[in-house]
Amino acid sequence: MASRTGVERFLGGAAGLTMLAGSIVGLFVVPADAAQGNVQRLMYVHVPAAWLAFLAFFVVFVMSALYLVQRDARWDRVAASSAEIGVVFTALTLLLGMMWGKPTWGVWWTWDPRLTTTAILLAIYVGYLALRSFADDADKRARWSSIVGVIGFANVPIVYMSVTWWRTLHQPPSSPRSVSPDILWTLMLNLAAFTLVYAYLMVRRVRLERLEGELEKRMAYNA
Amino acid sequence: MAVLRRAWAIVWKDLLIEARTKQSFNAMVFFAALVLFIFSFALGPDTELLRRVAGGLLWVGIAFTGILSLSRTYQNEETSGGLEGLRSYPGDARAIYLGKLLGNIVLLLLVEAVLIPAAGILFQANLWPHAAELAVVAIMGTIGFSLVGTFYAALTVNLRAREVMLPLLLFPALVPVLLGAVNATTLVLEGAPMSEAEVWLRVMAAFDIIFFVICVWIFPIALEE
Repeated sequence: MASRTGVERFLGGAAGLTMLAGSIVGLFVVPADAAQGNVQRLMYVHVPAAWLAFLAFFVVFVMSALYLVQRDARWDRVAASSAEIGVVFTALTLLLGMMWGKPTWGVWWTWDPRLTTTAILLAIYVGYLALRSFADDADKRARWSSIVGVIGFANVPIVYMSVTWWRTLHQPPSSPRSVSPDILWTLMLNLAAFTLVYAYLMVRRVRLERLEGELEKRMAYNA
Repeated sequence: MAVLRRAWAIVWKDLLIEARTKQSFNAMVFFAALVLFIFSFALGPDTELLRRVAGGLLWVGIAFTGILSLSRTYQNEETSGGLEGLRSYPGDARAIYLGKLLGNIVLLLLVEAVLIPAAGILFQANLWPHAAELAVVAIMGTIGFSLVGTFYAALTVNLRAREVMLPLLLFPALVPVLLGAVNATTLVLEGAPMSEAEVWLRVMAAFDIIFFVICVWIFPIALEE
């Protein structure tokens, strides 16, 4: 079995290298989009950030449900770590999307179903993290936040559908554009890079969470 | 059936306390009236504009007012360890949820019975021809609001800073039901046929059913000591 730091070092190296490769290919190798020009290159970070955010929240959901069934603090630590990373990347998705939206759509923000749902998603998990920070007792914190982790995720499809109806009653949704193979594989490379970054951050964050939990326990014991 | 009988005992107890003290009802009605006033001030005296956005304003008012009573859901039990008492009674903890839920729904509907006509007067919207449709929308929206609200109120009851945490958790979760209620209300007020508002009634019905199942199912875990 590889040592813990060995795994971390490997993941960190792999994440760093693929991020570097993805950035170089995305910025310099792939030709600029015919219609949008260089702005379109934002796609190579915007889409992976969004993918990572949804992946992270899905992990929160699965781990929260596991915690509620098994009551093993390990699952709660993974859920909490994933939620933190998810919030960061959701915010990043929105920011990058705004930077892309301003030159192409002419506005920073529009009430498109996906934008709106992503913003609500951010609010749900900021609430999740706030709840954790306000709960003092470790068991209760785990139980309460797991419930929010399950309900919050279950609500996402309902939110998305209701927002879609709300918008489509006013304006037709934008049509999907076809994607060239160049763009596709650059996107895939960056998706892989972001996923590795997620794995690396998760391993580090879960370890930190465990150490914090141990410290908390020891301080409670000594007090 | 024992669950329903226990739930009813809680509803009866809370409504009796409320009927004798009227502490929540009076505060909520005044607060709701103030919210409506502030909207009127903020948007100016343009009655045409007010009439058009009346549905949205009404539901923001209901949501703000409702959160007041939600955060007090378990207040009657807070002194002298009443919640521990309820929890330690034999039988399903879900009875507590069902009882508190029904109590919140009844109280909020009573407030709305004052608030909605008041909004009609202030925003110069003619409500009488649509009274039946409005009642359906109000009931479905209030059920959805109270379902999640009563649940999260139990989750945050022992929390530091629960006054902040309850709306922070609740409002994002309420987006579908609020969207449904606002759009249905607006369509009804515009005099659109019921078939147009139907999609929003369905959104609210789906939300109500899904969250009823989830909340009833998970509630015992939320209340564990």
